[in-house]
Amino acid sequence: MFVFIARRIFQMIPVLLGVTLVVFLIMQMVPGDPAVLLAGESASDEQVQQIRSQLGLDEPVVTQYFTYVKNVAQGDLGTSIRTNRPVIDEILTRLPITIELAFWSILVTIVLGLLAGIISATKQYSFSDISLMVVALLGVSLPNFWLGLMLILYFSVKIQIFPVSGWGTFMHVILPALTLGTGGAAIVARMTRSSMLEVIRQDYIRTAKAKGVKERIIVYKHALKNALIPVITVVGLQFGALLGGTVLTETVFAINGIGRLIIDAIRMRDMPVVQGTILVVSIIFVLVNMIVDISYRFLNKRIDLN
Amino acid sequence: MSNQAVKMDNQPSLQAPKKIKPSHPKVERWKAFYKQLKKNKMAMAGGAIILFYLILAVAAPVIAPYDPLAIDLGNKLATPSWEHWMGTDDKGRDILSRILYGAQLSLGVGVVSVSIGAFFGIILGLFAGYYGKWIDTFISRFIDVLLAFPGILLALAIISALGPSMINVMIAVGIFSIPTFARIVRGSTLSVKKMEYVDAIRSLGANDFKIIFVHILPNILSPVIVQGTLRLATAILTAAGLSFLGMGAQPPTPEWGAMLSSGRNFLWQAPHLATFPGLAIATIVLGFNLFGDGLRDALDPRLKQ
Repeated sequence: MFVFIARRIFQMIPVLLGVTLVVFLIMQMVPGDPAVLLAGESASDEQVQQIRSQLGLDEPVVTQYFTYVKNVAQGDLGTSIRTNRPVIDEILTRLPITIELAFWSILVTIVLGLLAGIISATKQYSFSDISLMVVALLGVSLPNFWLGLMLILYFSVKIQIFPVSGWGTFMHVILPALTLGTGGAAIVARMTRSSMLEVIRQDYIRTAKAKGVKERIIVYKHALKNALIPVITVVGLQFGALLGGTVLTETVFAINGIGRLIIDAIRMRDMPVVQGTILVVSIIFVLVNMIVDISYRFLNKRIDLN
Repeated sequence: MSNQAVKMDNQPSLQAPKKIKPSHPKVERWKAFYKQLKKNKMAMAGGAIILFYLILAVAAPVIAPYDPLAIDLGNKLATPSWEHWMGTDDKGRDILSRILYGAQLSLGVGVVSVSIGAFFGIILGLFAGYYGKWIDTFISRFIDVLLAFPGILLALAIISALGPSMINVMIAVGIFSIPTFARIVRGSTLSVKKMEYVDAIRSLGANDFKIIFVHILPNILSPVIVQGTLRLATAILTAAGLSFLGMGAQPPTPEWGAMLSSGRNFLWQAPHLATFPGLAIATIVLGFNLFGDGLRDALDPRLKQ
């Protein structure tokens, strides 16, 4: 197991380097001189030149990339053009909010998805199975930014139970978490259903039934435990979609998290912030994927770790 | 005796042989596929939704009751009525007309971006699967890197550099779709290239280019078609999301995501502004998802989850 984890961490390094390269190359495509942008329109040629050499922009592109990677490894993501603060500080201020939103959303995804999947599988072809799967299909197709607006319309504007926007109390969390979590819940529900149906047909379940084990114990103790293995991978993949989805959800609910930071930075052409934020979110995603992969192998001992 | 026998053989038979037109195996395969697809009611419903939107998109200039860009400030934020079935927006523009023209944009963006993703994804996947070794390692790592950007973020990063516009959305969503196609094609190529017929063609002297594009590609198209259909749903959703964020179509373009974005400012006074474009996005995406699921079951049952 230790060798497997070490190898998995080692495999992550080229991917992370690749991510830095892609982000670096995309930012190279940005039209205009970043030194001029930083110095401002009224700056003299000398000032621009000074900033250029200060940031190493007069160096060859390859050198610039290696300097960039070195700085990133040391936690230096540059300085925001808009606020003049270090990008890492901007990110660290907003990150806890996004992590909290992601946590509640993934909880919605897991709880709703598992419940719907289990009910569907244990009552295959029943009315509740069909209606749950239709709802799941709708859930996959709904644009989450629209769902968010409709939730605001009904629960904040008409019934006025939840606040329209903002962040702080538990009431602020519910609508955004539902908005962000339902798409994933629909996918998890479909996966749990098919996985459960496959497990329920296995011999050992039939044996348990023949021995007179209670239905509930068969479902939750024997079937679900094994059916969960492929579901974990789906939840891991959903975490990626969820991190990307925070951009839209945070915009809809005016939450000052990482997602909104990216959008505001793109609008203001604050490229160091865009670059840094996208890099940090991608690194988090790669790390989460690695943890999911390791736990998947750990839970499914039949997979050869080597 | 033998001469007689020969003569007998050469004589035309008294019974005229029945004319059975031999059907091409490919035709038979498509017939079986269509039969299978027809059985799947959900897939047919999905197909009907897609067809419905296609007709709306093509016929938009004829059936749209108003000019989608015509401003009528005296009639702004009007609720749905006989004159304006879906009401009007904050500039008095007819929402139904804008939705009809929006279908052209959404379907167009979906098809173009998925085509970009499929084109590059197929080439990368074929090369990685066929050549293996360092080419496979290089392409696979590249795909891993593209997949390391969660959800919409890669598309956002590209747009942040290229600037917001519909063309850039198509490029960004296209690049965002490459890894999905590349992975599927790579996997299929790996299994097909080991088949005997590929060895046979190679021993007949065919070059790699011919083997890859003439003999392997047609045999791995089923999962690509399935993925293409499902990917259209994702592409339409992503493009609408980008326009919603102000990174795609700009006002007054009648794009569904952009319409939703401007509608959200009037959620209190006129909720229909945000309701109808959202419904349009949801139904078209549902159509592609249903049809894609059905195609998968009919074309490639192994992929059925």
